[in-house]
Amino acid sequence: MGDLIDCRDVWKIYRVGAAEVPALRGVTLRVQQGEFIAILGSSGSGKSTLMYILGCLDRPTSGTYLLEGRDIGAASADELAEIRNRKIGFVFQSFNLIPRTSALENAQLPLFYRGLTRGEQRARASAALARVGLSGRESHYPTQLSGGQQQRVAIARALVSAPSILLADEPTGNLDTESSRDIMRILQGLNRDEGITVILVTHEADIAAHASRQLTMKDGEIVSDRAVSPAILSAPSCTPSST
Amino acid sequence: MYAFLHLTIATAFRVIARNRLRAALTMLGIIIGVAAVIAMVSISQGARALVQAQIATIGTNVIIVLPGATTVGGVRAGQGAAVTLTVADALDLKKKVPLLLDTGWAKRDVLQIVSGNRNWNGPVNGISPSYLVIRDWSFAGGGPFTQADMDTAARVALLGRTVVENLFEPGEDPVGATIRIRNVPFTVVGVLAPKGQSAQGSDQDDIVFIPFTTAERKVVGTSFLGSVGALFASTIRPEDLPDAVERIREVLRGRHRLQPDQPDDFTIRTQVDIGKVQEGVTVTITNLLFAVASISLVVGGIGIMNILLVSVTERTREIGVRMAVGAKRWQILFQFLIEAITLSLFGGAAGILLGVLASKLATALAGWPTVISGASILVAFCFSAAVGLLFGLYPANKASRLDPIEALRYE
Repeated sequence: MGDLIDCRDVWKIYRVGAAEVPALRGVTLRVQQGEFIAILGSSGSGKSTLMYILGCLDRPTSGTYLLEGRDIGAASADELAEIRNRKIGFVFQSFNLIPRTSALENAQLPLFYRGLTRGEQRARASAALARVGLSGRESHYPTQLSGGQQQRVAIARALVSAPSILLADEPTGNLDTESSRDIMRILQGLNRDEGITVILVTHEADIAAHASRQLTMKDGEIVSDRAVSPAILSAPSCTPSST
Repeated sequence: MYAFLHLTIATAFRVIARNRLRAALTMLGIIIGVAAVIAMVSISQGARALVQAQIATIGTNVIIVLPGATTVGGVRAGQGAAVTLTVADALDLKKKVPLLLDTGWAKRDVLQIVSGNRNWNGPVNGISPSYLVIRDWSFAGGGPFTQADMDTAARVALLGRTVVENLFEPGEDPVGATIRIRNVPFTVVGVLAPKGQSAQGSDQDDIVFIPFTTAERKVVGTSFLGSVGALFASTIRPEDLPDAVERIREVLRGRHRLQPDQPDDFTIRTQVDIGKVQEGVTVTITNLLFAVASISLVVGGIGIMNILLVSVTERTREIGVRMAVGAKRWQILFQFLIEAITLSLFGGAAGILLGVLASKLATALAGWPTVISGASILVAFCFSAAVGLLFGLYPANKASRLDPIEALRYE
């Protein structure tokens, strides 16, 4: 079986006026299905850019990126949208839930663009909310939920399309320690129990410690890539403590 | 696709419901524009219906021939100033133009009419019996005079409602009464059913009809026997009017021995011509109001565009998230377009209600006749949808062209 992700000598160069600013300088990376990877690095190291490229929100300036053998660099904007819809789930630092829209409808969002029937969308979104321990909160609005709960809704939204990869960009950056543990516990559970590949972008070493492989980036290059034994969070993943 | 459409519309409703005041203010332009269209169309159609009813009082497919202007030493006299038409013309036309159902003639003068101790100054028309048929006069009491009355120059008269009101007590039956016209006694044999105002605004019921021969010989007098004030004719079908007019012209030019280079010494007018003049006025007013309403709709459209541009900016991150979870460009475009169209359709519906209300008020308070047509409502509705589509396109396109990464990072 081929690699899930196969990046070869990927460059990303942004133009700022006349100047060219390289954000990625020749990144080569292979990821297998079911890995839990943390990408570490200070701000400006290129880790966010790498995440956007891995998440098919952007295309490399040069080099090749194959996702499940498919050349992302050659895909059109709408094809990228389709790939994001089916293969990738995003979790953002600032949750990015749609305001004044219920948890259920937020979790439904990817399916909304897939043309499933309303009933099917609801059923799958409820299941995803249950998976992150938010059963019974379907009709709550984001403002009625705590930060940790909002982030769990965001994870449910990422899960609902049954993606191959879950990309989390500083998912605990806006959360307290307790909520952060809940989120990491859920991510570990998804990785362990359902074999979802999780790629976590963070600058916090203790959060990165939950992964089984750590990449460190500096100035647009991967400077270290090592396997680690992850810190396993013991409590059951489905029922995080209340936040 | 159906589910997407359904949910997109539901989302649009929710977005609008979220900002009710803003939505209402946005819709105001459309509401006013549509209401103006509806009210204006109903008022102008009411006016047109009134004019058409007035024109119908002339009769059915009526052709009127008036003696033309003559030139005496370079000075042109007014229409009807010369006496060029005769009873013989009318009889000959009936014989030579088979398209004509009938021909009639009339001669009028304004005279003093006396009944008992009351008197009234009104137009007295000497007419052929066929005139009553051509002009569609019917009777409220009594009946018309006959060809025998015509032949014997009988002193019988038919009175219009206005004349009756001025000469008789209310409730008094004029039929059988004797009135005097220029001191000649007449027996009233019929009272005419009222026709109301003419298209030109004159009172058609201020009228007395007497046999043409009686008028000629005993009341009005004449420059020569058989001269008439006007000829009247009618055709069976309205589409025959233009042909009939041409034939009448030919026959009359022949009878009047006019050379090809000489102008007509008569003027032919049809009911259609009279209608056209009146309709021209209505059309001008309608166009003017339509221009005003269109400007209002355009302003309304710009309002929608403005608020959508604000909305796109406000919801940049939301758009970024939607793109990140796999919304295609057309799906984003579609969502904002649906929002624009929903806004403008709501505005359109409210505008229709307001417009209907306004025209009802115009009828109730000002007494203007109004006709609310389904077509104008449909047009207004489609027009407001089109305004939404047109002015939603730019903001929707702008939203769909956002870069997902920049949209996600937008603060």
